[in-house]
Parts: sequence; C-alpha cells; structure tokens
Amino acid sequence: MFASLSPVAAPGAEPVKGARGRGSLTCVILFFITLLLPLAALAADLPKLTGRVVDNANMIDPAIEAALVQKLADFQKKGSDQIVVATIDTLDGEAIEPYANRLFRAWGLGQAGEDNGVLLLVVKSDRKMRIEVGYGLEGTLTDLHTKLIIENTMVPAFRAGDFSGGISRAVDDMIMVLEGNAAELEARGQRNPDNDSSPVDPGDYLGILFVIIWCTLFFGGFAMAILPPIFGRKIGPGRYRWLGMDFNVNRSSGSSGSGGGWSSGSSSGGGWSSGSSSGGGFSGGGGSSGGGGSSGSW
Amino acid sequence: MHAARLRFPAARTLPAMLFMLVALPMLSACGYNTIPTAEENAKAAWSEVLNQYQRRADLIPNLVETVKGYASHEKDVLEGVVEARAKATQVTVSPETLSDPEAFKKFQDSQSGLTSALGRLLAVVENYPDLKANQNFLALQAQLEGTENRIAVARRDYIEAVRQYNTVLKTFPSVLWATFWFTNNEPFQAFTVPEDKIQTPKVDFGSGN
Repeated sequence: MFASLSPVAAPGAEPVKGARGRGSLTCVILFFITLLLPLAALAADLPKLTGRVVDNANMIDPAIEAALVQKLADFQKKGSDQIVVATIDTLDGEAIEPYANRLFRAWGLGQAGEDNGVLLLVVKSDRKMRIEVGYGLEGTLTDLHTKLIIENTMVPAFRAGDFSGGISRAVDDMIMVLEGNAAELEARGQRNPDNDSSPVDPGDYLGILFVIIWCTLFFGGFAMAILPPIFGRKIGPGRYRWLGMDFNVNRSSGSSGSGGGWSSGSSSGGGWSSGSSSGGGFSGGGGSSGGGGSSGSW
Repeated sequence: MHAARLRFPAARTLPAMLFMLVALPMLSACGYNTIPTAEENAKAAWSEVLNQYQRRADLIPNLVETVKGYASHEKDVLEGVVEARAKATQVTVSPETLSDPEAFKKFQDSQSGLTSALGRLLAVVENYPDLKANQNFLALQAQLEGTENRIAVARRDYIEAVRQYNTVLKTFPSVLWATFWFTNNEPFQAFTVPEDKIQTPKVDFGSGN
C-alpha cells in the first residue's frame, strides 16, 4: 500500500523522494498517535474510582472499610450526596489541593448539576489530608466545618496511628453536618431519585422501539440475502432452506422468501436497549468542585 | 399596479428566505458557534475569578479587626493590608474588556499586592499565640485558606478557557470565521506568574552575614 503511494516504482525516479514520502506518511501516523497520548498520560496519573472507598495506600481496616462503604451507600440513598474516601501513597511532589481538585473532577463526584460530592483524600507518605467539597455542598459543609473535622477528629487519631478510626469518625462527622440541614438534604434526594430504582422514561421506550424497527428494516434485507447462503442448506440453484424457510437468493428474480422472512430478521434488535445500565458498580454522577473544603497534615 | 409592485419584491425574496431558513441552521455545523461559545466560556470563567477575589476582599475587614484586638501595635502590616485591599477592590476588569493587556496587568498587580500583604499579616500572627488560639481567628483563617484555594482553581479554569478561546481564534476552520465575521474578537489575556515568584528562593541559614 505504501509502495503504490510513493513514486519509487516509477522508472528513473530518485529513490530519495520515495523514502521521504514514506517518511512523511509515517510522520502523519505518528502525529495522530501522539495526539492520543496526552489523554492517556493524564488519566494514568490518577487512581481509578473502584468504589466509595478507594484504599490504595492500605490504611483502612477491611472490616471498617466494609462498614464505611455501607454507610456511604445508605447516605447517598437519602440525599443523593456522594461521599468518597480515597487514600494514596504519595503525591509525587504536587500540592494536595490541586491534586484533590483534579481527582474530584476526574471522578465527577456528586450528581451532575447538583455538584453534591465530597472527597476525603489521605496521602500516606506526605502525611497530608484534604476534604474537598463540591460546589453544591459548600454552603452546608463549609470550609470551617471541614477544617474542624480535620483538626479535631482526624489529626489526633492519625497521630495515634489510628487511621481507620480517624477516617471513619471523620465520615461520621461529615454526614452529621450534612444531615444537619435536613430540609435541603431531602430536597436534593427528591430532585435526584436513586438511579437504580428510577423507572425508564416513556420516551426512552419510544426511542428503543424506533431503533428496533429501523434496524429491522435496514438490516433485515441484508440478513435475508446474506445469511441463508451461509447458514442454510442448498436445495436448488440460488435456493436455500434455513430456519425452516425457503429463501430464493437469485439476483435476477428479485426476492421471494416464502413468508416470515422479516420476523427472523428482527430477533436481533433487542441488543441495542441495554446501553446504560451498569450493574451495581459505583460511579460519579458528573459533579464538579471549585476548590471548597480545607486541608491539614499530621 | 401599486399592488403588483408591492407584491413583486415579496415574491422575489421568498426563495431567498426559504434558502436562509435551510442554510442558517447549517451555519452551526460549519463552526459558526465555535468562537462565541469559547468566548462565553472564557467570560464565565473570568466572572468566577472576580467572584472569588471579591470573596477574599470581603473577608479581610473581619480579619483585620480580629488581629487588631491582639496585635494593635503591628500598625504597618495592618495598614498595608487595608491599603492593598482598597487598591484591589478599585481595579476590576469587566468581561467585556478582557482583551486589554494593560487593564489586565493592573488587575493582576493589585491582587498580587493584596496577596503579599496578607502573607505578611499571617506571618506576623505567628508571634501571637493567643491570637492563633482565638476561635474567631481560626474560623477566618480557614475561610481565607479556602478562598485562596478557590481563587487558584478559578484562575486555572480561566487560563484553560482562555487557552481554548485563543486557540479557536487562530486555528483552521474557525479562523475563517474570525477573519471574515467575528473581526472584533481579540485574544484574551491570561494570568502570568509574577517575576518575583519565578526567582528561586535563596536558602540562607544565617552563615552569610
């Protein structure tokens, strides 16, 4: 393929030009590959959101971690607020504030438009922690609250080496503060009903139906022409028997499948509908943070 | 005759209007919207920057009053903060004049003046243990820290929005719109690191003097 593009094959043409043509083509390909690289490099920097508690530095006791996950899941059911606890080993020289903000936004904690997420980040080797609060909760869980939680709850426990207890009590405190404004919490919960239990919008069904019908019309014809010769049994020149039906795939005589041909095509349509349902896994709702909250160290 | 003459232009413009009806939505597919969208994004990001700087300015009177109660004789530092705040609140850059480098530099200078005055104040506070233990002061300090961090985030978002807007003004499909239609759109200014911050801090353990 490259040879046909480069003029090497032409008689008398200097070979240098051909090599250059090939080189520039490689350059273009390399260029497009490098376009994709920065994204990958940025994404590799941050840990994956594997659950409500991302304990990459192994600081939390497994039993307490399970209890924490349960507690946070229950709390999200109440008011749709997403609290996530993350521990990492090191910041690699970055300050904790921009890192926490980046992580918060990459994970998209909190519901989209509501921005009601909270990230509790603990960095083990730097001995730093930060509570990053999403835009929507800044008014309830204020900077001062987070500062007090860090200084009065987390720091003493961490200094005593009790990481699990400190984190667990800090989460309790945050939930207490957020529940203190009960009316707002309830309102948020009603605005953002739980994803798992919310019924599918009738409009979605219409859309799915439309896609199914469209696919049937579009691909059914192809399927009738292509599939019988492959899977069916040949019963004559251009005639195949497949799925108990006779298909006539003779080009000249149009199409005359013996009835029911359409219905066999449509059976594959349902595959489209299972697009967005993610089975039980936890993911951010698309919220953002503007740098609310506070940091501390122990 | 009059009626005919009146009807005639209408009949002539009808196909043109139909054409416009079809063609106008297509403009958005040609990238007509790219420049205004990027511009509005940058302006919104700038409003957030102003918002957070204003928030900081609002916190300062309380902070100064609290510090005065414990360290009233640190007059120079306190007055420095009040002055820098007054200067900073006078200079604002409206989203409409973001492309004015001089105004932008003035704004940036005034705000960094306030930042360094605040830094001096907080350094002085280290000498007053009673003040550091004061609940009111702790609350103000937490709010101030949070606001400084929000300023940092807002500035970063603004720089990114401006980068996108300025790129759109200069890169291929949209540069045509910039040249032929949005001729008044000029690149926005972004924050730069002040020169005194670029210099590496000198480490001196007192042996030099």
